[in-house]
Amino acid sequence: MNFLPPDFAPAYSEIFLLVMVCVVMLANLVAGEKRRYVAYGLAQIALVGCAVLTFTSISSEPSYTFSGMFVDDVMADILKLMVYATVAAVLIYSRAYISTRDMYTGEFFSLVLFATLGMMVMISASHFLTLYLGLELLSLSLYAMVALRRDLVTATEAAMKFFVLGALASGFLLYGMSMVYGATGSLHVASVTEAIQAGTSNHEVLVVGLVFIVAGISFKLSAAPFHMWAPDVYQGAPTAVTLFIGSAPKLAAFGFVMRLLVEGMGEMVADWQGMLVILAVMSMAVGNIAAIAQSNIKRMLAYSTISHMGFVLLGFISADTNGYSSALFYVIAYVLMTLGTFAVIMMLSREGFEAENIDDFKGLNKRNSWYAFITLLLMLSMAGIPPMIGFYAKLSVLQAVLNAGYIWLAVVAVLLSVIGAFYYLRIVKLMYFDEPVSNEPIVPYGDVKLLFSINGLAIIVLGIFPQVLMGLSLYAIQNSM
Amino acid sequence: MLFGFPLLSLIIWLPIFFGLAVLATGGDRNAQAARLIAISGSVLGFLVAIPLYLQFDPSASTMQFAEKHVWVERFNIFYHLGVDGISMPLILLNCFTTPLVVMAGWEVIRERVSQYMGAFLIMSGIVNGVFASLDAILFYAFWEASLIPMFLIIGIWGGPNRVYAAIKFFLYTLLGSLLMLVAFIYLYYVSDGSFSILDFHKLPLPIEPQILIFIAFLLAFAVKVPMWPVHTWLPDAHVEAPTGGSVVLAAILLKMGGYGFLRFSLPIVPDASQQLAGLMIVLSLIAVVYIGLVAIMQADMKKLIAYSSVAHMGFVTLGFFLFNAYGIEGAMVQMISHGFISGAMFLCVGVLYDRLHSRQIADYGGVVNSMPVFAAFFMLFAMANAGLPGTSGFVGEFMVIMGAVKVNFWYAFFAATTLIFGAVYTLWMYKRVIFGAVASPAVEGLQDISKREFAVLAILALAVLWMGVYPFPITEVMHATVDELLAHVANSKL
Repeated sequence: MNFLPPDFAPAYSEIFLLVMVCVVMLANLVAGEKRRYVAYGLAQIALVGCAVLTFTSISSEPSYTFSGMFVDDVMADILKLMVYATVAAVLIYSRAYISTRDMYTGEFFSLVLFATLGMMVMISASHFLTLYLGLELLSLSLYAMVALRRDLVTATEAAMKFFVLGALASGFLLYGMSMVYGATGSLHVASVTEAIQAGTSNHEVLVVGLVFIVAGISFKLSAAPFHMWAPDVYQGAPTAVTLFIGSAPKLAAFGFVMRLLVEGMGEMVADWQGMLVILAVMSMAVGNIAAIAQSNIKRMLAYSTISHMGFVLLGFISADTNGYSSALFYVIAYVLMTLGTFAVIMMLSREGFEAENIDDFKGLNKRNSWYAFITLLLMLSMAGIPPMIGFYAKLSVLQAVLNAGYIWLAVVAVLLSVIGAFYYLRIVKLMYFDEPVSNEPIVPYGDVKLLFSINGLAIIVLGIFPQVLMGLSLYAIQNSM
Repeated sequence: MLFGFPLLSLIIWLPIFFGLAVLATGGDRNAQAARLIAISGSVLGFLVAIPLYLQFDPSASTMQFAEKHVWVERFNIFYHLGVDGISMPLILLNCFTTPLVVMAGWEVIRERVSQYMGAFLIMSGIVNGVFASLDAILFYAFWEASLIPMFLIIGIWGGPNRVYAAIKFFLYTLLGSLLMLVAFIYLYYVSDGSFSILDFHKLPLPIEPQILIFIAFLLAFAVKVPMWPVHTWLPDAHVEAPTGGSVVLAAILLKMGGYGFLRFSLPIVPDASQQLAGLMIVLSLIAVVYIGLVAIMQADMKKLIAYSSVAHMGFVTLGFFLFNAYGIEGAMVQMISHGFISGAMFLCVGVLYDRLHSRQIADYGGVVNSMPVFAAFFMLFAMANAGLPGTSGFVGEFMVIMGAVKVNFWYAFFAATTLIFGAVYTLWMYKRVIFGAVASPAVEGLQDISKREFAVLAILALAVLWMGVYPFPITEVMHATVDELLAHVANSKL
C-alpha cells in the first residue's frame, strides 16, 4: 500500500503555530522567573509569523487537504488574519494587568496560543469533526485560562460554571452532528450539502439534529436563552481573560456558523431561519434589558455582548451574501469595540485594585480627558451612533433584515437598541458629568497608550470611511460561497 | 467655490476643524487661547457662509452649490450636498448664532473652557451638515451626531438636574430618529438601491407604506420640533442647559425638526401628508393654545421661554400642513425669527442668571432700577416674542394666520389666540421681573450689562427689527423653492 503524505501547504500557519507553542513553553522554562518577557515576545513573534504565512497563502481558489477535512479559502484567511491581530492586541493590552497579578507566566501565553490554534482550526474546517476538534481545543484552553488564578474564588467558580455548561453545549453539538450523520451518511460539509440537496435523507431526523446544532452554536455565541454562562464568566474571570474570551473567539464563532449552518446545512435555510429569528430577538431583549440593571462593568459588557450577538444572528437571517457579509462586518466592529472597552477597564485597574464597578469610571474626563474621549467614542459606537463604526454595523445588518422582508424585526431591533443606548450613555455620564472618586494617575505602558489611541481612532475613522471594512467582509464572503 | 474649496464643505468642516483645534488646547490653563480660537473659528464660519447668500440664485428651485462624491460604494451612499431656498436660510441662521454663543460663554464658562467652546463649534458644523445633506444616510449621520455635543453640553455645564435632562434629551431623540432610519432603509429598497433624497422625492409609493413612513418621520421630527405631546424633554433640557446650550437648542436644533418636515415628510409622502394634515393641524393648535396656557403659569423664566418655544413651533408645523404658500413661507419666516428671538430671550435670562444664579421669577423685581439698558433690550425681545408688529415675531405669525384663514376660519381663530396668550405670558413675566418694587438687596446691586453682552444683544436686536420691518431678503430666496414644493406635493404619488 502506498502512503501518500497529505499536502501540508494549506495548514502551514497552523503547523507553525503548534511548533511555536512548544517553543514558548520550553523557552519559558529556560528563561525562568525573571525573564517572562521571553514568552511574551515569542508569542507575538508566533502571531506575526502566522500572519505572514496566512497572508502569502491567500488565493481565490480554495485548497483542501487532509482528505478534504481542512480548507484554506479567502474567508478563512481573512478571519485568521483578524484573529491574529485581535490576539496580538489582547496580549499588548493585558501585559501590565497580568504582570501585577501572578499571571505573567508561560502558561498564560501557551494557553492563549493554543486557543488561537483552536480558532484557526474551526475557521478552516470543512468537516464537522474538524470543527468540533477546533472548538474543543479553544474551549478547553479557555476553561483553563479562566481558572488560571486558582486561589481566587470567583475565578474558580466561573471556570467551573463555564466548564460544566460548555461541556453540555459540546454534548448538544455532538449529538446534533450524529443525527446529521445518521441522516446523510457523511460529516463532510460538502457531502452533507449534497445529501440534503438530493432529498434522500430523512428530513425529520435532520431537523432534530439541526435544533441541537443551533443550540450548541447559540451557547458558543452566548445568544439567549443559552447565555447564562456569559455574565458569570465575564465577571469572574480575570479581566485579561475576559477580554480574550469576549474578542477573538467571536470571530471564530462567525466562521463556525458559516461552515456549519451556511455551507453545511444551507439547504435547510427555511428551518434555521425561524430559529435564528427567535434567538436574535431574545438575545437583543435579554441583553439590552438586563444590562441596565448591572453595576458591575464586566457583567454589563457580558449582557451587551449578548445583545450584539443577537444583531450578528440577524445578519444571518437574510441568508444571502449581503446578510453574511453584514454579519461579518458587525463581528469585526464588535471586536474592535470590545478590545477598546476592556482595555479601559484594565487601565483603570492597578495592583490590588480591580476597576470592576461602573462607578470606577466616574470623572474619567477630569483624570484624563483623552482616555475619556476615546471611551466616549467606544460607548457611542456600541450604542450605534454615527459616525462611529457601530452605526454602520447596525445599518448593514438592518438593511439585510429589511431586504429579507422582515420589517417588524428591524423595528424591534431598533427599539431594543434605544434601550441599549441608555446603559452606554450611563458610562458616558459617569465619565463626563460626575466627579472622580479616586485621583490615582492612569499610567499605562507606552505601547498600550499607542494601541489604545489607534483603537479609538479606528472606531471613528473606519466609521467615516466604512467602505474599507465593508468591502473586505464582502470580499471574504463572496470568494468562499 | 471659495479659495478652491467647495463652499458647502467649507461651511461644514471649517467649524469642526476649529472645534478640534480648540479641544487640542487642552486644560484650563490655556483657556484664553481656546476662547480666541473659538471666536475666530466661529466668525470665520459666518464669513464663509455669506457667499452662500450672495451667490444664491433665488429664481432657481433646484439644488445649488451641489457636491457629489461616492462615500460608501457598497450601499450607494454619496457625500451629496446642496442647498435650496429652504435650507440656505437655516444654514445662515446657524452660522450667525454660533459666534453669539461663543461670546455669550466668554467669561461665564470657567471650567473646561476648551471642551465647551469645542463642542459648540463642532455642533455648528454638524448642524450645517444636516441642512446641506442630500443623501439620507449622510443626513442621518449628521442628525445623530448633533446629539453628542448637545448631550455633553447639557450634562457637563448644566444645572442641578442636568443628568436626567441630558439622558432624556438623548433617548427621546434617538428613539424617533432610529425609526426614521428604518424608513430610509425601506425607501432604499423600494427605490432600487438609492439613498438619494432627491430620488426619494420622485418615488411613487402606495398609500399604506406612505402612512407608515409618515409616522416614522413624524416620530423623528415631532420629537425634535417638539410637537405636543412629545415636547416634555424640551423644558427639562432648557432649564438644565447652560445659556449657550439653551440658545443653540432653541435657535437651531428645533429647526432641524421643522426642516425635516419640509425636506422629507411633505415631498416623499405627499399623499399621507395630505391625509393626515388634519391630525397635524390639531396637534399644532394644541401646542399653540394649551402650551401657551401652560407657559403662563411657569415660575421659572427658562421654563417659560421653553414652553413659549413649543407654542411658537406649533405655528411652524401648522403652517407646513396648510399646503399653501403663505403657510409654508410663514412657517419658514417663523423658524428664522424664532431663532433670533428665543436665542435672545435665553441670553437675557442668562444675563440675569449669571448675576443672581436664580431663574425664578419670584427672586426678581425692579431690575429696571439697576439695569436700565438691559431692561430696554429685554423689552424689545419680549415684545417680539409676543408678536408685536414691527418685530420679526409678527411677520411669521401673521403669514401663517393668513394661510390658515384660507383653509379654515377656525384654524385661524385658534392660531390667533397666540397673540393674546403670547402677550400674557411674556409681558407678565417681564413685568414681574423688570418692574415693581426692588425685590432684594441683591437685585439693587445688579450691574448693568457689559460691553460684550451689549454687543451680543444689540446684534440680535438689529436682526429682529430688520426682519420685522423688511423681511423681503429672507422671503425672496424661498419663493421659488416653496412654489416648487407645493406643486410637487399637489401631485399624487399613488
